[in-house]
Amino acid sequence: MNERAGWLLPAASDVAHRVDHVLFALFVVTGFTAIAIAFIVLVFCLRYRRGAKVDRSNAPANKRWLEYTWTFTPLAIFLGFFAWGAVVYAGFYGRARGAMPVFVVGKQWMWRLEHANGRREIDQLHLPLGQKVRLVLATEDVIHSFYVPAFRIKQDAVPGRYTELTFTPTRLGTYELHCTEYCGTDHARMGGRVFVMRPEDFARWLAEGGTRPTMAARGFEAFRRLGCSGCHDARSTVHAPDLTGIYHRIVHLQDGRTVVADEAYIRDSILLPKRDVVAGFEPIMPSFEGQASEADILDIIAWLKSTGPTEEK
Amino acid sequence: MSAAAIPVPTAPRESFLTEGYTIASWLTTRDHKRIAILYAIAITLFFFLGGAAAALIRIELVTPRGDLVTADTYNKLFTIHGVVMVWFFLIPSIPATLGNFLVPLMIGSREVAFPRLNLLSWYIYVLGGIFTVAMLVAGGVDTGWTFYTPFSTMFSNTHVVWAAAGVFIVGFSSILTGLNFIVTVHRMRAPGMTWFRLPLFVWALYATSLILVLATPVLAMTLTLIVIERVLHIGIFDPALGGDPLLFQHLFWFYSHPAVYIMVLPAMGVVSEMITCFARKRIFGYRFMAYAILGIAAFGFLVWGHHMFVSGQSVYAGMVFSMLSMMVAVPSAIKVFNWTATLYKGSIVFTAPMLYALGFVGLFTIGGMTGIYLATLAADVHLTDTYFVIAHFHSIMVGGSVMAYLGGIHYWWPKITGRRYSEAWGRVAAIVIFFGFNLTFFPQYLLGYLGMPRRYHEYAPDLQVLNVLSSGGASILAVGYLLPLLYLGWSLFKGPPAGPNPWNAKGLEWTTDSPPPKENFREPPLVTEPPYAYDPEHPER
Repeated sequence: MNERAGWLLPAASDVAHRVDHVLFALFVVTGFTAIAIAFIVLVFCLRYRRGAKVDRSNAPANKRWLEYTWTFTPLAIFLGFFAWGAVVYAGFYGRARGAMPVFVVGKQWMWRLEHANGRREIDQLHLPLGQKVRLVLATEDVIHSFYVPAFRIKQDAVPGRYTELTFTPTRLGTYELHCTEYCGTDHARMGGRVFVMRPEDFARWLAEGGTRPTMAARGFEAFRRLGCSGCHDARSTVHAPDLTGIYHRIVHLQDGRTVVADEAYIRDSILLPKRDVVAGFEPIMPSFEGQASEADILDIIAWLKSTGPTEEK
Repeated sequence: MSAAAIPVPTAPRESFLTEGYTIASWLTTRDHKRIAILYAIAITLFFFLGGAAAALIRIELVTPRGDLVTADTYNKLFTIHGVVMVWFFLIPSIPATLGNFLVPLMIGSREVAFPRLNLLSWYIYVLGGIFTVAMLVAGGVDTGWTFYTPFSTMFSNTHVVWAAAGVFIVGFSSILTGLNFIVTVHRMRAPGMTWFRLPLFVWALYATSLILVLATPVLAMTLTLIVIERVLHIGIFDPALGGDPLLFQHLFWFYSHPAVYIMVLPAMGVVSEMITCFARKRIFGYRFMAYAILGIAAFGFLVWGHHMFVSGQSVYAGMVFSMLSMMVAVPSAIKVFNWTATLYKGSIVFTAPMLYALGFVGLFTIGGMTGIYLATLAADVHLTDTYFVIAHFHSIMVGGSVMAYLGGIHYWWPKITGRRYSEAWGRVAAIVIFFGFNLTFFPQYLLGYLGMPRRYHEYAPDLQVLNVLSSGGASILAVGYLLPLLYLGWSLFKGPPAGPNPWNAKGLEWTTDSPPPKENFREPPLVTEPPYAYDPEHPER
């Protein structure tokens, strides 16, 4: 668990290096400025102390050019940091082509993590080195926040919606995982470890899961068990949209909006079916709030993904 | 000390303190000066209550394991520390004590605009305080001072409604104080006291009052919505009931970020008064300083989303809030540069208030600069909700606001009480507090970078050294805060008379007796010169 070498935190993801560069630049610029200000204050305090025989004549009470200089110079520097930080930040949420999905469900006070093949972990996450990972986060109760300091990533898991984050582990090792959004009694103990493994070791580890059904298979089972197939099946007599290959398709809604059928859309359609009614269909679907668990919904999404032509691996 | 040159002063025979000696005379007073003292007593009690909670937190964190208190108790401790320090100490601290005492004196008025409302605001504060103490006695609350939903509305089993009621009530005392200052500054300035002759302290209090009046109602509404959801199960914030938890964060920070400026703008005002007095020099860039105060107050309303960069709000919203947060940092930087420039060619004397002021400038600069780290999106993702954030806002609120509050108490102590305190002890306390602060919070910046989350009852063993250093610093800080109680308490009874103007300072408050008479000025003042008419070449003038 002791991953820090002295006072240095390892940088174990592609994101970590980019964030560290920003932090280092901030440290240099602010450190230099702080020392400069302290030095000037000190010099003034000593030189102009009461009783010192120095020239105090014509002390200026303002200087317009000086005010403008120390208004616009910091502004330019700050905006530079803004732009740099924004570019790196946007990278956390960029398009995740070829990313390996990992589903994260927070719950007082544990993390449940699930891989696409159905392998589940509690408070542990195994990842292959060099593989881009896309985390999809949900929570069953309060807000939690998924934080791996060595990766420099953090994302809240918010009730009622999915959040996501993309990064690539770049260093083998075992790293701390924390919850960083206060969530009640055992908040400090809600955490675990992330293991970054060689890809071949990871493949072996993933296969050890054995004969358990994949997420997609469980999703198909849930789709039947909850009765979704009764209406959404192609052979059904009820007029409901066919969901084959729905994931990442563009959907036209009754009110003229178009949305991309991502995880959040599918989740909302199960729990709040009246909100985004598909054009050409009656709003007859009941809500599955309370019937479909977060795990069921994630499984169903995985199954719907698997029915598409371009399955996201 | 320049004061040594002044002929031995005597205490005035009559003052606002001699108007009545009974408790009833205090509890029914409409004199802004007495109300200021009522507030000072009340907030001091709450300061030590909040401080006691902080002390227990720091003792717990000496060891990585949670061995002093249970996890639930620890959660209640940091909640009570936050609630008490934010709403019952920091927000009323400078405005309700020094502001109440000084704003009318500084603008040459006999009173505030609404003396009865002023007294009412103190009673409302006390009522809110009673709710909070009752909540504490009944078992406390464990939501954190931020009351995040749905934890606070659906999951916490503690006294959330009582806590929300206490904060809701105390908010109205803030609103009344703010309203009073706005009208007082607009309507009750002495002849010749134009807007650009106002001391920067008054500018700061004026801007603070605008924020108090505009932002506090949003807090009241938000807390009401929490109670509605918790008690009546009407879905507002909990998605299980059809609400949205991010809505709460938007509403809460729409108040609570401006609240940071409620805490720090008055501190900037205090420091401006002290630096110019003890450098014997007109404040550098007076107009820019006044505009910077207004700029901070205005921009402060537009940056709340920077608390939510990892909350799931839109990436583009994050970018907008990041950029606006950079903008609000600029006027703060202007202020630091102007204070520094004020020292140039001054005639500087290092009294206790000046040491506090210089300490403020240093710690506020560090707090402001680390704010830039947190406003930078990519850096914030790593640092937010870690000890880096804790250290950052304590630099602003403790290193900034508390330093300035204590400095202001020392600076105006002779005016308020009519007595002098021990300068030597004052300087010792200022230095102890400065070192205690740095030892407490510098390790916390490192802990944050190393990934120690905030609100953690237990932590990884390899972080113990830094935590022990921080707790050691906190005990030094505690000594520094107890010292003024002793020597200021001594001064209250035994301190030699101060005379009207022991610092040889400019400003209308120094032209009247110490302590001032009930009506503030024996003769209505007339203002004929700009503020801070100091001459460094003749510091004795």
